[in-house]
Amino acid sequence: MAIKRKPKLAVWKFASCDGCQLSLLDCEDELLGVADRINIAYFLEASRDTVKGPYDISLVEGSITTQHDAEHIQKIRKSSKLLVAIGACATAGGIQALRNFKDVKDFISVVYASPKYIDTLDKSTPISSHVHVDFELQGCPINKRQLLEVLSAFLHGRKPNTPPHSVCIECKRRGTVCVMVAQGIPCLGPVTHAGCNAICPSYCRGCYGCYGPKETSNTGSLSSRFTRLGMNDENIVRSFRNFYATSEPFRKESEVHNHL
Amino acid sequence: MKSKTIKVDYLARVEGEGSLYVKIKDNSVVDVKLKIFEPPRFFEAFLHGRTFSEAPDIAARICGICPIAYQMSAIHAMEDAFGVKVDGQLRALRRLIYCGEWIESHALHIYMLHAPDFLGYADVVQMAKDYPEIVKRGLQLKKTGNEIVALLGGREIHPINVRVGGFYKVPTRRELDPLAERLKWARDAALETTRWVATLPFPEFEYDYEFVALYHPDEYPFNEGRLVSNKGLNISVNKYDEYFIEEHMPHSNALHSVLKERGAYLVGPLARYNLNFERLSPLAQEAAHSAGLSSVCYNPFQSIIIRSVETLYACDEALRIINQYEKPETSSVPVEPHAATGYGCTEAPRGILFHRYRVDDKGIILDAKIVPPTAQNQKSIENDLWQFIPKHLNLSHEELTLKCEQVIRNYDPCISCATHFLKLKIDRE
Ligand code: SF4
Repeated sequence: MAIKRKPKLAVWKFASCDGCQLSLLDCEDELLGVADRINIAYFLEASRDTVKGPYDISLVEGSITTQHDAEHIQKIRKSSKLLVAIGACATAGGIQALRNFKDVKDFISVVYASPKYIDTLDKSTPISSHVHVDFELQGCPINKRQLLEVLSAFLHGRKPNTPPHSVCIECKRRGTVCVMVAQGIPCLGPVTHAGCNAICPSYCRGCYGCYGPKETSNTGSLSSRFTRLGMNDENIVRSFRNFYATSEPFRKESEVHNHL
Repeated sequence: MKSKTIKVDYLARVEGEGSLYVKIKDNSVVDVKLKIFEPPRFFEAFLHGRTFSEAPDIAARICGICPIAYQMSAIHAMEDAFGVKVDGQLRALRRLIYCGEWIESHALHIYMLHAPDFLGYADVVQMAKDYPEIVKRGLQLKKTGNEIVALLGGREIHPINVRVGGFYKVPTRRELDPLAERLKWARDAALETTRWVATLPFPEFEYDYEFVALYHPDEYPFNEGRLVSNKGLNISVNKYDEYFIEEHMPHSNALHSVLKERGAYLVGPLARYNLNFERLSPLAQEAAHSAGLSSVCYNPFQSIIIRSVETLYACDEALRIINQYEKPETSSVPVEPHAATGYGCTEAPRGILFHRYRVDDKGIILDAKIVPPTAQNQKSIENDLWQFIPKHLNLSHEELTLKCEQVIRNYDPCISCATHFLKLKIDRE
């Protein structure tokens, strides 16, 4: 359904680095135009004026890591018509979800000499573990072009066009020679969601999976390939345990190779 | 007995989440609490067990506003550990990408976060209604910085091209040419910016800070140098732990950094400027003088002028680097890990960012320590509030609240950074 009056946008933050919401301010050519068409009603990083909800669209950055945040996201859901989770933190728990593989108390004691009570949950979880999410935009960080596409799609009442294929397809489109075939560089491109426009291979580097798994990803056969390229199990575990460590396909694959 | 409180539950136009609590009793300030309630993300803990080569990309995720700073401090720390020296054009390219981050981050703060305070707007969008051309100039300036980072780094946020030992791929001379054109425009725009911010109304406020910044004999500092202060500190980066400690304030969730036996200190543009004025380019020095500054400045509100001067310097320096650029033969130098401890400290837009890593013989990280600039400035921010508020008690509640926020925003605080190492006891009102 297309929205007729000037729609109200809110931008929320949980455990994150601010990078995904910064993408909006990084739209230097488009920002003022966007502000003409959308009422940026709640965006603390940019404005001290806040307009009360309900909001037509809420963009949510960051993962849920405290009890307070787990309650707060419920309130945000109630005051938002559409809720869009942006980035690896919000869609998969982010890099801070590496704690999910350990006892969080161990983590606390590594960082703090005298562990005290720390207000934190055992796990870092995506927004969708707590409330219904209308759309998820992947990436660490998200691509600002895709963010603009998502906003404009919802304003026009259509589905965002964010292709679900792999980074490999983006390399082919750009005409980048495959770094794995040509140079034997391990690359997560075959199992990683498109959206970044295959930046790493175009800089002679293997993809490190910061856009998370694509829908059906054959991680097993990629791992065998990595083994043939000389990678040991420890490094295979590391390469799947990054910014999307707790997403199903990457988590499972890392567990196959984890002998600790 | 008259008492009142100033409360700002969610500070706006800062990166990350914090709040302010001030208590005034009988016309004197009895309590100032800058609270940081970002949830901790435990970076030091999960860096443990990762390989040295992963540190730059993981550490970058502490902050989306200054990822280059995190990458640069991490790679310099690792290179220090392994005795690797990166010189010539590769070293110059690192300065160039850092120039990009300074331009991008400073332009964001000057135009979008700080200027609205001086001119009485809630945000840049409202300011653009009255000052459309100025805001457009700011946005384009910011974009130029981002273009440098994107070209050298692959993208603006969490660039992918930086590695221990150099880069994955280095640009050709031809690829840098379009940047040079943009930078010539940006240099003029930065000059205009210094002229414009000099006309803003500055509250009278000075404080005898201890400024801490990197010092390099030949250059305005980015990646290398000694840690010096205006009160006698002069140490190499690997002595950091001997001179600085973190104190846990009972009221706050974050640790405050202090100089042992001396207390609060200030890092960032103001500190760099005061300690390195002579090594700014002639154009930047001249612009500072025309904006009414001498080679020292003790007014934190004027940090907006200094950010503009540094933006101008970064444009100038970027052009110099591009003009003398020749593509190096290799994009990185070899790195052989061995068991060691490495130290790195670089000048993030907000001030010194210290990293220390201990790694084993295979290059696996055994422990990590990261001290971001905002953690180091926290105590100075609170000190400023203690000094500032008593002189402005005649202001209305609303005006005083706004002014207090401005005192905080003088530091361009990045709370996302400051919090990754929180010691938590969240106390929410
Ligand atoms: S997904 Fe990555 S870029 Fe986005 S907020 Fe999280 S850490 Fe930052």
